[in-house]
Amino acid sequence: MEYFAKHLDIAVVGAGHAGVEAGLAAARLGCDVAVFTVNLDSVANMACNPSVGGTSKGHLVREIDALGGEMGKAADANCLQIRMLNRGKGPAVHSLRAQIDRRGYSLHMKHVLERQEGLALIQARIMEISPLADGNWRLKTNLEAVYTARCVILATGTFLAGRIYVGDVSYESGPDGMFPANELAVSLKKLGLPLRRFKTGTPARVNARSVDLTRLEPQYGEEGIVSFSFKNNVPIKNITPCYITYTNAGTKKIILDNLSRSPLYGGKIDGVGPRYCPSIEDKIVRFAEKERHQVFIEPCGADTEELYLQGLSSSLPEDVQIALLRTIPGLERCQIMRTAYAIEYDCVDPLALRPSLEFLDYEGLYGAGQFNGSSGYEEAAAQGLVAGINAARKIKGLEPVLFDRASSYIGTLIDDLVTKGCSDPYRMMTSRSEYRLVLRQDNADRRLTETGYQIGLISRERYKRFLEKLEKIDAERARIQKQTLPPTPELNEMLVSRETAPLVSGIKIEELLKRPRVDYAALEPFDKTRPPVEPEIFEQVEIDVKYEGYIKRQLAQIEEMRRLEARLLPEDIDYAAITGIRLEAREKLAKVRPVSVGQASRISGVSPADISVLLMFLERRRREI
Amino acid sequence: MSAEKTIAAVSTPHASGGIGIVRISGERSLAVADKIFRTTSGKIPSRSKGYRAYHGRVWDNEEVVDEAVCLVFRAPKSYTGEDVAEISCHGGLYVTQRVLRAALNAGAEPAEAGEFTKRAFLNGRIGLEQAEAVMSLIAAQSDTAAKAALNALDGALSGKIRGTASSLIAACAQLAAWVDYPDEDIEEIRPENLKEVFARAKAELTSLLDGFEAGRAATEGVNTVIVGRPNVGKSTLMNLLSGYERSIVTECAGTTRDVVEETVRLGGIVLRLADTAGIRETDNPVESIGVGLAKKKLELAGLILAVFDGSDPLTDDDRRLLESCRGKTVVGVVNKSDLPRSIDLDYIKNMTSRTVEISASEGEGLETLVECVEHLLGTDRFDPGAAMLANERQRQCCERASRRLDEALEAIDTGLTLDAVNVCADAAIDALLELTGEKAGEAVVNEVFSRFCVGK
Repeated sequence: MEYFAKHLDIAVVGAGHAGVEAGLAAARLGCDVAVFTVNLDSVANMACNPSVGGTSKGHLVREIDALGGEMGKAADANCLQIRMLNRGKGPAVHSLRAQIDRRGYSLHMKHVLERQEGLALIQARIMEISPLADGNWRLKTNLEAVYTARCVILATGTFLAGRIYVGDVSYESGPDGMFPANELAVSLKKLGLPLRRFKTGTPARVNARSVDLTRLEPQYGEEGIVSFSFKNNVPIKNITPCYITYTNAGTKKIILDNLSRSPLYGGKIDGVGPRYCPSIEDKIVRFAEKERHQVFIEPCGADTEELYLQGLSSSLPEDVQIALLRTIPGLERCQIMRTAYAIEYDCVDPLALRPSLEFLDYEGLYGAGQFNGSSGYEEAAAQGLVAGINAARKIKGLEPVLFDRASSYIGTLIDDLVTKGCSDPYRMMTSRSEYRLVLRQDNADRRLTETGYQIGLISRERYKRFLEKLEKIDAERARIQKQTLPPTPELNEMLVSRETAPLVSGIKIEELLKRPRVDYAALEPFDKTRPPVEPEIFEQVEIDVKYEGYIKRQLAQIEEMRRLEARLLPEDIDYAAITGIRLEAREKLAKVRPVSVGQASRISGVSPADISVLLMFLERRRREI
Repeated sequence: MSAEKTIAAVSTPHASGGIGIVRISGERSLAVADKIFRTTSGKIPSRSKGYRAYHGRVWDNEEVVDEAVCLVFRAPKSYTGEDVAEISCHGGLYVTQRVLRAALNAGAEPAEAGEFTKRAFLNGRIGLEQAEAVMSLIAAQSDTAAKAALNALDGALSGKIRGTASSLIAACAQLAAWVDYPDEDIEEIRPENLKEVFARAKAELTSLLDGFEAGRAATEGVNTVIVGRPNVGKSTLMNLLSGYERSIVTECAGTTRDVVEETVRLGGIVLRLADTAGIRETDNPVESIGVGLAKKKLELAGLILAVFDGSDPLTDDDRRLLESCRGKTVVGVVNKSDLPRSIDLDYIKNMTSRTVEISASEGEGLETLVECVEHLLGTDRFDPGAAMLANERQRQCCERASRRLDEALEAIDTGLTLDAVNVCADAAIDALLELTGEKAGEAVVNEVFSRFCVGK
């Protein structure tokens, strides 16, 4: 029999990476929040790669941290190994990546949620969600508890109508052997949400005792590099290495011989899989010429022997998996602890969302994470943070905070999802951003911490320290613009060794730094008035100087873009009635319901002429009033 | 209401008589005029009070393009409500195109379809009551512009542009894959290799741009297609139109089209007649290629002359033809009026904009046909400048792409990291893809996934 449990400001459905950020942000902003999870032992579970960061993902983590989110801190505290990727390819693409202790991370996040004022972490399965006449939402759990909430954030990950496939075997399940959310899927369908089916997969985990690591190439972390969180700024310790091995012709043969037993190639799976995360069988089939495929062996934790086999995602039958693994150097005698599997799940078409991540047609309902069609923990956490912030602001009667493409990768991610949609699970990549030189991982705080403070997630002390950092950067920039270095023989020797012209007269430090092959490190012996500030100050100034021209150009593009973003479109436009706009464009506009002319111009199928007509239409409306 | 860019376009009415008008509107329009127009009197356009006409010469890149007249209008007393310069030149359509190009080189940008009118409206020069009409106009003109763009894209030239874009996308995709998947074993990108690719692309674009210069005849006239099933008298009609009193027939030299067309000036109008195969259902593979081409031309045509044999009843092929002309500007030409009429005239009248009866062999009814066509083409639906603009736009895109590649090469030379180089290369791709409305980011991402075996 039903009973009424509680009225909440915000109910978060799911305690994965999106759910935890959403719950924490909302509670920290003063709302009364409950976060529901099917399994309290899997809060912020890493169902796949036990790592955080990577190219463009590292950017997302730093941005989340700059705004006051939790992921960066949790990653720093549970790091097994950290590296900066893409060194030498330029600061725009430097990305932090860390191997994470999977269990440690989960326990850490769980504890943070447990201790958060205003947040109730509850183990319960949400079966039904329905709107109430008074504008609130009603949720019912499997144990007959009824909650009402002003806002609901759906962060169901891969649980909705989840179905696992391993060869011929398939069964309803969430990831990692947890309960699927079947009733909820039905309830959301009944509500009318535009759901569709995606698929993803995960590789096997093997016992380290059964793996011969001595023959494999190790990959170590880097010493003395920064942490994810701007708050910590403490160097991370590297505890365990990863290992590299490769598949071979033997692996290929086994896979090809058994392809018909694959549920994907055998036609059993309907869900659309990601283009970029292909299973090993996809790789073998699509890139048949490749002799070998790389496999990364990653540790799952400091207190476990489980090793994650990156690159070997699969849904082939278990016996085939065992056989194919045994062909791989180092894995000849491996013992599988967890079998690889594919999982199909329901998710929503993100075109149905506003840039605030609230649903266009369902007030108070938000979507975040894989539920929105994205993939990856970082992508999920970024959305969770934004949804949490905006749901909280709704409760407080404030306008939502919107992040545009030029502000952050977070903004780029959300804009891609809600304006262009995605036909397969969306993964962030640096190539997706037009403003890469401006949206760097090193300047995430300069871009976003002010906003984080205004929103209320960055504390006053942290903000103060941030302002001090900005002052130091300005001061250092001013110093190098004034300070001249004389043309000593030693200086010239260094310059020549760096393939750049020697000096005949004194030169400002800034001018020297503009030369691509000269940096702060090289100038150290000659720079007598250098202040004793943190290395990151010099890093910021150096990048600002070296890339000034390019950054200026991108800033001009951004200004151009923002002009159109500022032309807001009213809610109630009837696009069908604007006959000057082509039919295809009208349909798209009606579906996406852009908030600005800028967003409208990015919808696929909307041409510049359509935008012209739209602008005219707006003008006419303005005159008629 | 901000005017953002300064725009330029050709706004010549149909009665060409050899005068072409290039209109420039926007904040910097008079500055542009200053750059490209040197008045005989020595007066400077940007210092003009407005409502003045100046005789002088148009210059582009140290060369005289034409003797012309420049009219200056000052905001708000102009068509668009902004500062406007209108340059009337009289060297023919090729020269008009050069004047347009001069304006674009001096900082103006190609106007979007209907943009002048849009600005006129937004600046209050056109009243609210006409808003609806104006919006339809923009839609219609964008339709025409789209067709013009497609026409411009057709053929060898666009193939070359696409080829250059593809090689750049491939290089950037490799760069993107290398950057976004540093742990996969993607082949390392060496700056020397990138330099090669960029240098080659730049060379391709340079030769393309040179090709634009070398005697590429401006396309004039309305794309007209004569269609009908075999033996209704299309060729006879074609010959008749070409041989019309006071008509001028020219073969478009240096055209990129695969088909030689005839440009026919009939009194006040200019038609670009394309020869097409008889459209009918056929199994013959060779014939069906011809039919396919004809149908494609039908899609892109500004005017359709649908010819029928009046002495035969309507066949299925006739009906199918009429169906495919639905919604387009089509004149039903019922031929063989010298023979007793069997065809269902009303049916044809219902399906076409106008219908005339002629006898091509006897040369009868031609006046009526020409009047018909003149009437239909006299509406604002037809923008003769669209083709020229499409060409200039193509050219501008190539220019821009070429400049971005210069920057990319410079960045590599000065030892800048590849992220900065990549951004320049992306901008070059954006410029080239603008013609098809795609964006570099998506093209590169798609290419990455199709070419590289990359995981999570």
